[in-house]
Amino acid sequence: MASASATDNHMPGFFTRWFFSTNHKDIGVLYLIFAIFTGLVGGALSGLIRWELAEPGIQLFREGGIVQQLGIVEASKHGFNVTVTAHALIMVFFVVMPATMGGFANYFTPIMIGAPDMAFPRLNNISFWMLVAAFIMLSMSLFVDGGPGRGFGGGWTAYPPLSTMGHTGPSFDMAIFALHIAGISSILGSINFITTIFNMRAPGMTLHRMPLFAWGVLITAFLLLLSLPVLAGAITMLLTDRNFGTSFFDPAGGGDPVMYQHLFWFFGHPEVYIMILPGFGMISHIVSTFSKKPIFGYLAMAYAMVAIGFIGFIVWAHHMYTVGMSIELRTYFVAATMIIAVPTGVKIFSWIATMWGGSLTFKTPMLWAIGFIFLFTVGGVTGVVLSNAGMDYSLHDTYYVVAHFHYVLSLGAVFSIFAGFYYWFEKMFGVKYNEFLGQLHFWVMFVGVNVIFFPQHFLGLQGMPRRYIDYPEAYTLWNQVSSYGYLITIVGVGIFLIMLLEAAIRRRPGEANPWGEGATTLEWTLSSPPPHHQFNELPVVKADDHH
Amino acid sequence: MGMGTRAIARLGAGIATAALGAFVAAPTWAQELVGQPTPGAIGLQPAASPLKHQVHDFHQYVLLPMCIGISVLVLALLLWICVRYNKRANPTPAKWAHNTVIEVIWTVVPILILMVIALFSFRLLFAYENMPEPDVRVKVTGNQWNWAYEYPDHKVPEYISNMLPEDKAGKQLYRLAADQPMVVPVGATVELLITAADVIHAVAVPAFGVKIDAIPGKTNHTWFKAEKVGTYYGQCSELCGVDHAFMPIQVNVVTQEEFEAWVASKGGSMPGTEVAAPVAAPAPAAPAADAAAAAPTPAQTEAAAAPAAAAPAAQ
Repeated sequence: MASASATDNHMPGFFTRWFFSTNHKDIGVLYLIFAIFTGLVGGALSGLIRWELAEPGIQLFREGGIVQQLGIVEASKHGFNVTVTAHALIMVFFVVMPATMGGFANYFTPIMIGAPDMAFPRLNNISFWMLVAAFIMLSMSLFVDGGPGRGFGGGWTAYPPLSTMGHTGPSFDMAIFALHIAGISSILGSINFITTIFNMRAPGMTLHRMPLFAWGVLITAFLLLLSLPVLAGAITMLLTDRNFGTSFFDPAGGGDPVMYQHLFWFFGHPEVYIMILPGFGMISHIVSTFSKKPIFGYLAMAYAMVAIGFIGFIVWAHHMYTVGMSIELRTYFVAATMIIAVPTGVKIFSWIATMWGGSLTFKTPMLWAIGFIFLFTVGGVTGVVLSNAGMDYSLHDTYYVVAHFHYVLSLGAVFSIFAGFYYWFEKMFGVKYNEFLGQLHFWVMFVGVNVIFFPQHFLGLQGMPRRYIDYPEAYTLWNQVSSYGYLITIVGVGIFLIMLLEAAIRRRPGEANPWGEGATTLEWTLSSPPPHHQFNELPVVKADDHH
Repeated sequence: MGMGTRAIARLGAGIATAALGAFVAAPTWAQELVGQPTPGAIGLQPAASPLKHQVHDFHQYVLLPMCIGISVLVLALLLWICVRYNKRANPTPAKWAHNTVIEVIWTVVPILILMVIALFSFRLLFAYENMPEPDVRVKVTGNQWNWAYEYPDHKVPEYISNMLPEDKAGKQLYRLAADQPMVVPVGATVELLITAADVIHAVAVPAFGVKIDAIPGKTNHTWFKAEKVGTYYGQCSELCGVDHAFMPIQVNVVTQEEFEAWVASKGGSMPGTEVAAPVAAPAPAAPAADAAAAAPTPAQTEAAAAPAAAAPAAQ
């Protein structure tokens, strides 16, 4: 941090700056630090899962096993379910969302649209600290009684009656409150983004000139605003079913367990687009920057995201083909789900067309972006396979589904996060990262995650159900391969941490625009890091210098 | 650009055809077990019912080529771009950013592909929906953590099917085999009426392409028609708590005569032959809870063991 800019910008002292922060950039950085920390926690939990599944039988989650020595989750079959549940909840609510919507969106949306800060800086502050509170709440739920044992083991979907009569202890109540708090945090954040984007764009920055990342954030904010209240309602009903004798989801009292699934997935499906849409935006900028070519079909790209966001709301029951819905409903959801592939295809091909004819440099962010495009395509086509109800009867709740959603999230969303992280590293922290370590990180992770998740397609096709602590002998081979993949991925994460350390120690001063002529959005017109308060004079955007 | 596109298209098509050939040929390279997973296998379990055959065809000839074709096309385009348009090969970037024709193409072509997929998809979905008149109906109830089977038309009272312990099941079938399997006649249309007593479970038998949730307070139904005598295994497929991984489904498909003998041994009678005194066995109506201890009858264990042994020992 240059001390000159600190005094010029009324930079507050350390404690005020980082704990009472109302500055969108500081809050963005806080979110990113939070996401890296929770990412390591969530990744460690998946390590327990993969280690347990490395061979048939119960090795870790038993009396005297490693899990008992660690003492964090219970060393029992229930403890395995708790681990799977916590892994999912942490990755979805406390890693991907904080990284994309919390970190990058907070940091770069105001800058990209030429605004001095977010519309409601204090709201921004409380959004972040509520998320921390939610994470603490969720972590504590691991240590209190869940019913069958310590912690809640009903899956992140928390289907009743397993989440009501199946888990009578207070653990799940705490998890519900954690989700309530995280949900409020996200809703406040969304209000902030929508207000900022609608009201605080610089002169000349019309919606149709707005960078695609800001588009992605705007659409994501709407998805959050519309879907999270439904989740809040559903889990509140779970709460009252559990504690106050209501029977919203209990057939004995006239309720319906399937209704919960409808409510959950009405939130849950938009949620998966919430995790990926900001990533779509980032990938667009990165591809364009390193191709030195404007984004192909800008308007189509923006409206493809709008279409994905809209259709994302009307396909939820494709998660429920096996609950016994009428044939009419299933037919509709098959058709609606397939349609999402069209705007997604538009995006994939437009990225390719952006690169076509360009002058490509393969810096670390570009490697992640190209990796993203291919792996997201693979995850996308298996999504089309799963959209067919008739096919889904053979694949539903098997490892094929696990492979599919990890290809679009663990290899899609996470790759986009790393792409964005390297793309904006110098901008955010004012120091350069080591290009060699960055590229090594990419290649090791690329190999690692593919070795983890590609064999899971085979397991799923052969019928191995998901959320299993133990499996028949025949599934051994590909589970083993998958677990070896995890080891490779750990090495990748280690390289990432070394990269962070190296950059922090060497402190090579960053440039305002390290990427050259291809980087055209407003953040590259500012210093690295940007001044504590940017745009004292608002930039004026002309017709063709943007996105 | 015209030259490049054509070259890419040809390259992509070549790779796609090769990969496709390999995958279509794949199922024949190994001796795949029927009714259970095969060690190291990479495809769907072999089909043992007409519906699953249709699923295989749909996957093999429509979905898999689509998956591989599109993935390989995208990969090939990316690789070509990396070679042809890197900084050294193309120092001055083009500036164009629009091409309406290509945009219309990559919107319309996927729509057409999806319409073709939908055609087959709906055909398969309706095939699942159009159940023939059932010959045998089995009421299946999911419990934490076992299955209960009942044959209302055959007056076979509810009995509990627990997972067979490792020493009885053997290494390969442990976590798949059950002490008291569901028994159905070969070639008959079997309708499953499925519910649950506590939390949601799901019945799955991969070889028949059957999977449906067992939901308390609701009766779902599905059906299958087993083509061959044998033993078919499936596992609970909806997270149901601690022993989710330990409540397998075993279906013994037997000849009509064996089925009739089994029904009689269970104290039931074939529908229409009411003479066979239904009062003979009043005892075993005892339901769920304590049945975990129920020992398999010798007849059962034999019935389970015989077809399992007939399966080729490919490990």
